[in-house]
Amino acid sequence: MTNTTEKKSGFVGNTANYLDERLSVAGVLKGFGRKVFPDHWSFMLGEVALYSFVILVLSGTFLTFFYQPSMAEVHYDGSYAPLKGAQMSIAYASSLDISFDIRGGLIMRQVHHWAALLFVAAAGLHMLRVFFTGAFRKPRELNWVVGFLLFVMGMAAGFTGYSLPDDLLSGNGLRIIDGMIKGIPLIGPAISSGFFGGEFPGTEVVARLYSLHIMIVPALIIVLIGVHLMMVIIHKHTHYSGPGRTDDNVVGYPLAPVYVAKAGGFFFLVFGVIAAISATFTINPIWNYGPYDPSPVSAGTQPDWYIGWLDGALRLAPSGWDISVFGFVIPMGVMVPLVVSLVFLALVAAYPFIENWVTKDKREHHVLDRPRNNPTRTAIGAAGVTFYGVLWAGASTDLIATNFQMSLNQVLVAMQILLIIGPVIAYWVTKRACLSLQRKDREMVLHGRETGRIVRLPHGEFIEVHEPVDEYELWKLVDYKNYEPILARPDENGKITIGNRLRSAVSRIYFEDRIAPVSKAEYELAHADHAPAAVSEKPKKKQKSIKA
Amino acid sequence: MNSAKPMRRRPWAAGIVVFLGLILSGGGYAAATNVVISEVGSPEQVEEGRKLFLANCASCHGTNGEGAIGGPSLIGVGAASVDFQVGTGRMPGQGSGPQLYKKPVQFTEEQISAMAAYVASLAPGPAIPDEEYLRGDGDPTHGGELFRINCAMCHNAVGAGGALTEGKFAPALGGVTPKHTYEAMVTGPQNMPVFNDSNLTPEDKKDIITYLMYIEENDSVGGFELGSIGPVAEGLFTWIFGLGFIIAITVWLGAKSN
Repeated sequence: MTNTTEKKSGFVGNTANYLDERLSVAGVLKGFGRKVFPDHWSFMLGEVALYSFVILVLSGTFLTFFYQPSMAEVHYDGSYAPLKGAQMSIAYASSLDISFDIRGGLIMRQVHHWAALLFVAAAGLHMLRVFFTGAFRKPRELNWVVGFLLFVMGMAAGFTGYSLPDDLLSGNGLRIIDGMIKGIPLIGPAISSGFFGGEFPGTEVVARLYSLHIMIVPALIIVLIGVHLMMVIIHKHTHYSGPGRTDDNVVGYPLAPVYVAKAGGFFFLVFGVIAAISATFTINPIWNYGPYDPSPVSAGTQPDWYIGWLDGALRLAPSGWDISVFGFVIPMGVMVPLVVSLVFLALVAAYPFIENWVTKDKREHHVLDRPRNNPTRTAIGAAGVTFYGVLWAGASTDLIATNFQMSLNQVLVAMQILLIIGPVIAYWVTKRACLSLQRKDREMVLHGRETGRIVRLPHGEFIEVHEPVDEYELWKLVDYKNYEPILARPDENGKITIGNRLRSAVSRIYFEDRIAPVSKAEYELAHADHAPAAVSEKPKKKQKSIKA
Repeated sequence: MNSAKPMRRRPWAAGIVVFLGLILSGGGYAAATNVVISEVGSPEQVEEGRKLFLANCASCHGTNGEGAIGGPSLIGVGAASVDFQVGTGRMPGQGSGPQLYKKPVQFTEEQISAMAAYVASLAPGPAIPDEEYLRGDGDPTHGGELFRINCAMCHNAVGAGGALTEGKFAPALGGVTPKHTYEAMVTGPQNMPVFNDSNLTPEDKKDIITYLMYIEENDSVGGFELGSIGPVAEGLFTWIFGLGFIIAITVWLGAKSN
C-alpha cells in the first residue's frame, strides 16, 4: 500500500510489503477489511461473550500451572488458619494454595470465575437479542443452532469447572448430578458408575472433569466459535430497518479501520470491567465451604446461575408422582425435570425451523424485526423467558424465604403455580402490548406526533399541530412484513394433509390478530387529506436537516 | 419339668430385663446429659428475679414457671436459656409467628441475671458457660469441621443463615456473642436442636466458637462478600452490575457521533 507513494516508506510499510510479497495478505485483508458491519449497541453482546471467552482462556491457562486434579488425600499445610491440618484432596489443597499462597492466584481465580458467569450471561442475552429481532431467519437458521450449541457448551464448561475445586459446594453439586443420572431408568446406575469410576464420589471424577474442562469442552467451544464467526462473514451482518437498508445490502462501517479499533478497545473495556469486579468482589470463597465430605450439606447450596434453572426444575417437581413398572420405580421427581428441561432446550434449538414451517417464507431476511412487529414470536419469547425465569428463581426458594421472611413451603407452591400460569400471562400480555404498540405506530405514521401546540385558524377553528415523523423514524415504523394466516388448501392429490391442517391452525394463532403496516397509498391519502399548509411545511425542513 | 425350666424362661423374666434395660439406658442417658448444674444465686437475687418474672413472664410461662397456654414450662431450662432468650431480646416475645425475631434487649444485665437465677432455682438446668470456653482460643480447624457437620446445613457454611420449613429459619450468626452461641448450643432455642455436652463436648463448643470468631473477625480475602450466601448472589451481581455496566458501555460505543 505504502510503496506506491514517492515518500520513503517507514518500518511499518516495509514490514507490510515484506509480508505481502511472501504471503499475499493484502488481498485477504482487503476482503476482510472492507466487510461492512452495522452499528448498534445490541450487536455487541455476542462480542462480549467472545471477549469473556478469551479472558477465560488466558486466566484458565494461568490456573492450570498450579491446579492439581488429584483426589488423593493430604493434610492441608497452607496459610489459611481455619483449615490447617484438615484432611482434604490434593485438588482442594491446590485450589486453596492458588487462593492464598500463589502470587496473583486469587485474582486469577476470581477473574476466571466472574468471566465464566459473564460469558454465559452475555451469550444468553445475545441469544435473546437474536430471537426477538428475528435474526435467526433464513439464511441464519443453522447459525442459530451453532449459537445454541455454544450456549449449552458454556453451561458444560461452567459446570465441569465448578466441580474442580473439590470443596463442599462443588461436591454437593456433583452429588445432585449423580442422583439425576442414577434416576434414569435402566441405564442410570451404569452411567453413574462409569462416570465416577465406581460408587460416588470415588477417586477418579475430578481428573475426568479436568480433562473435559480444559481440553474437550474448550476445544469444542473454539471450533463452534470459528464456525459461528465464519457464518457471520458468509451471511453478512443483519441491520435494523432504515432508509436505504434492504434485505440485499448491509449499511454500516467497514471492519478496518473502524471496527478493528472499536472492537480492540471494547475488548479491553470488557477485560477492565471483569478485572475491576474480580478485584473488589469475592466469588466462590472455597475456603468457607471446606473439603468435600459426602455427609454435610450447607444451607444455601446452589449451582452457578446458568445451571440454576435445572436446579429449580428439580426443586419445583412435585413429589409423589413415582411410577412402578414391573417392580422398578421410575423416580418422576428426577424424570420430570429432566424431560421438561430437555424439551425446553429442544424447542429453543428448533424455533427457527418451527417458525419457518409456519410462515412458509423462503426469502432471505437481512433486515431485523422490531419485536413488536412480530407479536406472536415476541409473546412466545416472553413466555419462554418467564418459564426459564421461574425455574431459575426456583433454585433460590430458600434464600427468597429467609431474606423476605416468608414460608419456604409457600414460596415453593407459589413458584409451582407461577411456572404454569406465568408463561400464559406473559404470552397474552406481551402479544396485546405488541399489537397496541403497532397501532400506536400506525397512528404516528398517518397523523404524526402530537406536539401539544394548539393553533387557531383564521376562520376560528382550533387544531392541534401534529408533527410528521422524519424519514428515519418512518422507515422504522413501516418497514416490516405483514404475514397472513395460511389456509389449509388441498395439495395436488386433492387432499388436505394433517400437516397442512396443523400449519394452518398454528398460522392462525400466529397471524390472526395483526396490524398491517401503513401502505404508501394510505400514507399519501392521510397526508393529502387534512394537511393544512402550515403543517406540511415541517417535513421538508426536517428532511433538509437530515441531508445536510 | 417346671423346676428344670431355666430362670430366663420364667414369665416375669422378660419384664425384669426390660425394666433393667430402661433403668440402665435412661439412667445412663441422664448421667450423660447431666450438664453443668446452675449454681443457685443468692436468695435476694432469686427473689428479685421472681418479681421480674411475675411482672414480665408469668402471663405466658405461668406464675411458677410451669408453663401456660402461651408459653412452655421453664422448669429445668436453666440459667443459660434465660440468658440467651432475654439477652438477645427474643424474650419477652412479641406477637406469635413461626419463630421469634431478635430485637433490642428489654432488660439490664443485672435484671437478666436475676431472672436467670430465679429460673435456675426452679430446677437444675444448663448454666451460663464459663469464660474459658468463650475466649476463642480453641482449634479453628476442628471447630470448622464440626460446624460444617452440625451447623452449616441450617446456618450456612459461614453462618449467613438459612431457611427451615413453614417460615421458620436458622438466623445469621454474625454479631452473636460467644456466650449466646454457647447457650444456644446447650439449650436449643426455638427450632434448634440441643447439642448437649456428650454430643459436643465443651471443648468442641469452644472450637466452634473459635471458628466463628475467626470468620467474623477476618474479612474475606477476595473482597466484598455479597452476603456470603453463595452463587445466587454472584449470579444476580453478574446480571445486574456486570452485564448492566457492560451494556452501558455498548450503548456508549454504539451511540452515533454527532
